[in-house]
Amino acid sequence: MNVVEASGLGKRYGGTWALRECSLAIPTGRVAALVGPNGAGKSTLLNLAVGLAAPSAGGITVLGGRAPGSLAALGSIAFVAQDTPLYKNLSAADMLHLTRNLNWRFDQASAEARLAELGIPLKRKAGSLSGGQQAQLALTLALGRRPRLLVLDEPVAMLDPVARHDFMATVLTAAVDDGVSVLLSSHVLVELERVADYLILLSRGRVQVAGDVDEILASHRVLTGPAAEADRYAERPVVHVRRGEVQAHLLVRATADDRIPPGWETHPVGLEELALAYLREPGAAALPGPGRSRDAEPSEATA
Amino acid sequence: MSALTVPVRAAEEATPRPVPWRRMAWVTWRQHRFALGGVAALLGAVAVYVWILGRQLHHAYATAIACHPASSIACGDLISRFNGIDNFLTNGYVLQAVPALIGAFVGAPVLARELETGTFRYAWTQGFGRWRWTLAKLVLLAVVVAAAAGALSVLFSWYYQPYFAAGNQPRFLNEVSPFASGLFPLRGVAFAAWALVAFAVGGLAGMLIRRVVPAIVATLAAYTGLALAAGMFLRHHYLTALVTRKPNVPASAWITSQWWTKGGNFAFTGLPPMNLLQRFCPSLPARAGKFKPLPGTLAQCLSQHGYTRWTSYQPASRFWLFQFIEGGWLLALSLLLIATTVWLVHRRTA
Repeated sequence: MNVVEASGLGKRYGGTWALRECSLAIPTGRVAALVGPNGAGKSTLLNLAVGLAAPSAGGITVLGGRAPGSLAALGSIAFVAQDTPLYKNLSAADMLHLTRNLNWRFDQASAEARLAELGIPLKRKAGSLSGGQQAQLALTLALGRRPRLLVLDEPVAMLDPVARHDFMATVLTAAVDDGVSVLLSSHVLVELERVADYLILLSRGRVQVAGDVDEILASHRVLTGPAAEADRYAERPVVHVRRGEVQAHLLVRATADDRIPPGWETHPVGLEELALAYLREPGAAALPGPGRSRDAEPSEATA
Repeated sequence: MSALTVPVRAAEEATPRPVPWRRMAWVTWRQHRFALGGVAALLGAVAVYVWILGRQLHHAYATAIACHPASSIACGDLISRFNGIDNFLTNGYVLQAVPALIGAFVGAPVLARELETGTFRYAWTQGFGRWRWTLAKLVLLAVVVAAAAGALSVLFSWYYQPYFAAGNQPRFLNEVSPFASGLFPLRGVAFAAWALVAFAVGGLAGMLIRRVVPAIVATLAAYTGLALAAGMFLRHHYLTALVTRKPNVPASAWITSQWWTKGGNFAFTGLPPMNLLQRFCPSLPARAGKFKPLPGTLAQCLSQHGYTRWTSYQPASRFWLFQFIEGGWLLALSLLLIATTVWLVHRRTA
């Protein structure tokens, strides 16, 4: 079963497409990271998935064929929106009570325990909590609903490194211990490697890369060799060229078994490096499945 | 609820059941208690003031009525004391602001604040479902607002009672038509209905405008326009007016128009032209350009010269019928506005 399935999905605001021709199938039980620059369509895709927006083209279903925003979907999906909106004049205890009243399931005991652990006083108004505490409170409310899918929109963008680390640790615990599928968007690439096992790269409203992190990493290599010879490698599917004075670094679609030209070195690529390379080449794409992958013309960037 | 906790999760997933409506009672109270408290404070203050003024009015009326003989100078003083009572309640227009304020300050923020602060992303992704959330909130608050306004209008009815009593006119006590444009919307079911419609307008304005302060302003403007339109153009068409040529139409009736005929032909509407009066009734006192003839004398004078006055009017006995007609269309409009708001939330694209 797929937690999110989209085909030909598009969303237009006025005359501009925020998202177009998006086809995805995010399997269940994953921590999927939606990565892209600002304005790439990340929030749009998440809003479509939780039913806050309606598609302009194509379709999207969640949790195995349910319509986003339907009662069946809302009952099992928890969403933490960008900037974690809370009722600022309500106390943490009131926010728990509110969320319990608005849902069939709410694990009051574990939510209270989590807030105690985080040192968030129940009587404090949500508006007077720090940014990190507000994010943790919003996450606690979402997890208290015992969702099958947790959707987080830029959850750590506003947080300092410690709060960011703590937040992601909570998300990971939920994913591992309770089997919650997670879909989170971020333009912060650090931490993702530790957390995400499924990657979706969005650029200018289109899906660039989508797939299992291990598979994606296994199918890409970084080649390092003389800068003068960089062009000779052009018959290979090159994603990105980083050219220095002497050496050039090429991110190519290749496996560890592929032959390499003499005088070149090859080494595996990290998630952050790979994501950066794709984000610098909005035209490049690597999509899973037969007939769907295509390799764009590489363009050059000077290091 | 205990039957649907974690252990039977699989069964629940198969047939998702909506979260019970009654849960929204606490949610609505918790989120809107300050607005509702403000309404209670406003209505309470108005009620106390109306009660104090009402006691004075009723006392003045009772002493004037009880005075014998009515033609004595002492009684004349009491009568003019009652007739001279003139406070902010007398014409009723100030009180028309109460429903408008309720609508603006309770109705407009319901959705506008959620949309302005972004909390709709929380509220509309909870298991309750967003159109159900909107419907429950609007209906609950609408009922509370209408009930509070209805309670206040009972007090207004009591306050104005002396003006509607039969037999005021022969004693030279002020008598007012229950259809008086400032008083009609304060009594019966109309006041609650106007509060309801103001609230519903506020809810829709909040959804359309998405910001609290502009939504409040728009609500006040829309309410004012609707109230003026109803008073000036709609109300006297609720039922076909009665037409009479009798010279004495009771003071409690609502005279919608008067015209004169002579020999079966239409002569003029309203007050007679100056030249006509000077020709036939030169003895009537004229005040600086404007005629304020005593009722009756003008009609007598002109009828001696073959003129007939026709009056179309709504009799006071139609008061409750008019109340229910006005209450009915306002209720229907409110339901339509609330339904539109819920529908907009349901199909809203972020």
